[in-house]
Amino acid sequence: MTKKQKKLVIALCGFSLGFAVTPVANAMHIMEGYLPLPYAIGWSVICIPFLAAGLISIKKTVSEHRKTLIILAMAGAYAFVLSSLKIPSVSGSSSHPTGTGLGAILFGPSVMSVLGIIVLLFQALLLAHGGLTTLGANTFSMAIAGPFVSYGVFKLASKLKCPKLVSVFLAAALGDLFTYCVTSVQLGLAHPGSAGFLGATAEFLGIFAVTQIPLAIIEGILTAIVIMGLESYAKTELTELGYYKRGGIS
Amino acid sequence: MEQTTGKWKTVVILFLICVLIAVLPLAINRDSEFGGADGAAEEAISQIDPNYEAWADPVLEPPGGETESLLFCLQAAIGSGIFFYCFGVMRERHRHQKESNS
Repeated sequence: MTKKQKKLVIALCGFSLGFAVTPVANAMHIMEGYLPLPYAIGWSVICIPFLAAGLISIKKTVSEHRKTLIILAMAGAYAFVLSSLKIPSVSGSSSHPTGTGLGAILFGPSVMSVLGIIVLLFQALLLAHGGLTTLGANTFSMAIAGPFVSYGVFKLASKLKCPKLVSVFLAAALGDLFTYCVTSVQLGLAHPGSAGFLGATAEFLGIFAVTQIPLAIIEGILTAIVIMGLESYAKTELTELGYYKRGGIS
Repeated sequence: MEQTTGKWKTVVILFLICVLIAVLPLAINRDSEFGGADGAAEEAISQIDPNYEAWADPVLEPPGGETESLLFCLQAAIGSGIFFYCFGVMRERHRHQKESNS
């Protein structure tokens, strides 16, 4: 094995180990068995093209920008730490940030769909959190919808010449919040009850989204701090990832 | 040098804001237990859709709160271990480059 290959293997071992011990109630995903079968299948099918794009994107990153592997490991570890922090919120419930914004900003959104589904799979299998039947829906909200919003917000904010760290803050915070909005809509679609789709969605938004607002702000701030650190010590990697180009001004 | 000190100040202030956002709810909702939002959603489903029954069960479930918190700490420890190892590597590399340049 070359040195680089060794590094890759070590990073991957770290990842899988880390993901394997994700605890039970750490993420507020849709619970096992709580989506009827047609929805479970539907959401899974929607995820397939995104996952394929993610795999291709990771392959490309690994072969063309080996140097940035260390940042990829950090982005994964970051999502991992953040999803272990169950933080009390003003609503009287606890929830946790998703941590997918950082990777989406640096590597593009499809990469996070792959990292995200790995996290969700291990949680569902080992820790009774989320579930196999709800894996598709949870992947769509946390690993696809959230990262895509983060990426889009970052690009838009950069285009509008927002200061870089403000763009990062907005991207991470809004991506985080959007994940839980999608979760609410998914539950509203599957469980309209007597309130109807809109009424039910509003109810779930009241639970998930309201709880998430302060946590989204925290995730935004933390992600901006991380980017500050990377800007000081990892200029080469960031340049290679096109971070400065994407942002327009540097 | 001055620039670096300014950066550190910003970082410390930002961290303090984060802590404040996390701690304030504890002071506001004194009688809440801060249960998980997914538990609250389960309750909401049983109200909206009383006839619905979960049709699948988790594959494995940790036996109790203690084991769960062990897994919790491990997750945070491993995650931040990897994260800050990488960060340390890059910081040292940066320092070396600076030294060999001067």
